Amino acid sequence: MLGDWHQLWEIVSAPDNVPIVALLFLVPFYVWYAFRQARANDELIEKLEADPAAAKTAHRKTQPYHPKWDREVHTWPYLMRVEFVAAILVTVLLMVWSLTLNAPLEEPSNPNVTMNPAKAPWYFLGLQEMLVYFDPWIAGVVMPTLIIIGLMAVPYIDANPLGNGYYTYKQRRFAIWTFCLGFIGLWVAMISIGTFIRGPGWMWFWPTSTWDAERIEYAVNRNLDAVFGINGAWLVHLMPVANRAYSPILARIIFGFFPIALYFIVASYLVYRVMNSTNFTQRIFRRMTLLQIVTTDLLLVLMLALPVKILLRLIFRIKYIWVTPWFSI
Amino acid sequence: MAEDNGGKRTGLLGRVREFAEEIKKIFREKGKEEIEGLKDPEKTQLYRSIFRVKHEETPRSRSLGVLSNVFLHLHPAKVNRDATRYNYTWGMGGITFYLFIVLTFTGVLLMFYYHPSKVQAFLDILYLENDVPFGKLLRNMHRWAAHLMIIAVWLHMFRVFLTGSYKKPREFNWCVGVLLMVLTLLLSFTGYLLPDDQLGFWAVTVGTNMARATPGLGHEGPFGSLLGMTPYNDVRFALLGGSIVDANALLRAYIWHCIAIPLIASVFMGVHFWRVRKDGGISGPSPVMLESEIKEDKGPRPVIMRPSGMV
Repeated sequence: MLGDWHQLWEIVSAPDNVPIVALLFLVPFYVWYAFRQARANDELIEKLEADPAAAKTAHRKTQPYHPKWDREVHTWPYLMRVEFVAAILVTVLLMVWSLTLNAPLEEPSNPNVTMNPAKAPWYFLGLQEMLVYFDPWIAGVVMPTLIIIGLMAVPYIDANPLGNGYYTYKQRRFAIWTFCLGFIGLWVAMISIGTFIRGPGWMWFWPTSTWDAERIEYAVNRNLDAVFGINGAWLVHLMPVANRAYSPILARIIFGFFPIALYFIVASYLVYRVMNSTNFTQRIFRRMTLLQIVTTDLLLVLMLALPVKILLRLIFRIKYIWVTPWFSI
Repeated sequence: MAEDNGGKRTGLLGRVREFAEEIKKIFREKGKEEIEGLKDPEKTQLYRSIFRVKHEETPRSRSLGVLSNVFLHLHPAKVNRDATRYNYTWGMGGITFYLFIVLTFTGVLLMFYYHPSKVQAFLDILYLENDVPFGKLLRNMHRWAAHLMIIAVWLHMFRVFLTGSYKKPREFNWCVGVLLMVLTLLLSFTGYLLPDDQLGFWAVTVGTNMARATPGLGHEGPFGSLLGMTPYNDVRFALLGGSIVDANALLRAYIWHCIAIPLIASVFMGVHFWRVRKDGGISGPSPVMLESEIKEDKGPRPVIMRPSGMV
């Protein structure tokens, strides 16, 4: 009942996994660090909103302040010295890290001996984990492309002029929740799952359980049309006799389109509701152009498709929603 | 010369002594001058030729020290007082750049010991690890700096998002930053194959197998086979220079990793830093803005999108 702590230690202490272990501490630390400053700024904002007269004269920053201080300081030495110290610290860290941990080197490459599990570099494990839930063309090509396009679209779809150049939570709730969901909830979390939980055969091994290369999992996953018993029995009567053999395929193609369309409609409506959930978000919404609204809605709906598919797979054991001879979703 | 010397005839010895006196005098006087000069090195020709201006404890001189230096001129002469504190920027952008320099330095040293061929590559790593002085340290530093750089890039992006720094006028620089992040990941990924061990081989096999599934361009992707894609002409073939991860893939990874991507990334980095300056330096910490101060813009609507900042 104690579990296999040796297995866990082997995973955690693998040299190439050190960055992910570091990430598990760094991300929460910087989230806390950012939100501490956001809270200080939010308190200041609240105070100033309540007192418009004071807002005109008040110093609008939470950093230490003295009226006699210059607003700007010389780059040399005040910034350069910080940069040099940072460079020295990073060098020392790197030296210590390099002296204590060796870069991994396995056997010479051999196409005939498959590594099990064969894992991508740690920063791509999120994409590899996505392969469980989507076909490679979505997980490996479409999703990464959408991540890049979506990130690049961010400044052009965020119509909220507040929070430019300071930490704040209250003025940018929607943007911050969206980014944290994507970065922490999906990207970092999926990398962690791919590193710590996925073992041989990319099977799910809870931490402290032994990686068993002999384990067999019965694939109990079904397609959505099977759940609904779609077999083309009804369609067959509408088809020419020569083509009747294709009726189950055709029925599945027609059936699968509807849940996808339903998801897009329901999810875009929900996103629309969230974008209009408060007076402030409504005000921002009114500032947005049609193109901004449609782009934001579409990108969010596509992003949410990932957690939705994960839940469908893990809870309801659904493999595909829409099966066609050319692609499956 | 002898006549000038009071009519007294001097022999060869006397002339040598006379010359020695002269030399002694030159050494004494000029030497004193030289030593005095050391106390004020900024006035020397050598110093001036290198640094062009002398440094004084004046605001003007401090500014020129930064602005007129090829390495430091990326900086403005003066910066926001609060921006020099750690808590706003976390220093992640600067650390990323520093790690890029470390990686270039260690990478060039590693290149002296590496042949990108199936016969040599793995042996070169063994040689590097066991025989080259500090070879192991060199390889370790290169690998860990690469991992650290990825973490620094992500945290930099996280900070920039949380401070809203992508907002007007920095929209475009955010996009350049996203591309730089992708290039960082690709740099790391192409480097993974180079030791030619099982780890790199299977990681790159898994990674490039996804390219098979590219819609329309991969032989296993949607509509790929309909468009005539086979394992021998699709996008994966182009990436690997073959249908399997082999000698050509190693050479391609090497060239992308050591030459092409660093060059492309350097160009983007130049644009990235230049735009930081042109967009008015780093974004903050700036004074907080209140909701009551949002200006409703009434002008004509831009064709594509309205700027996201204050209008």
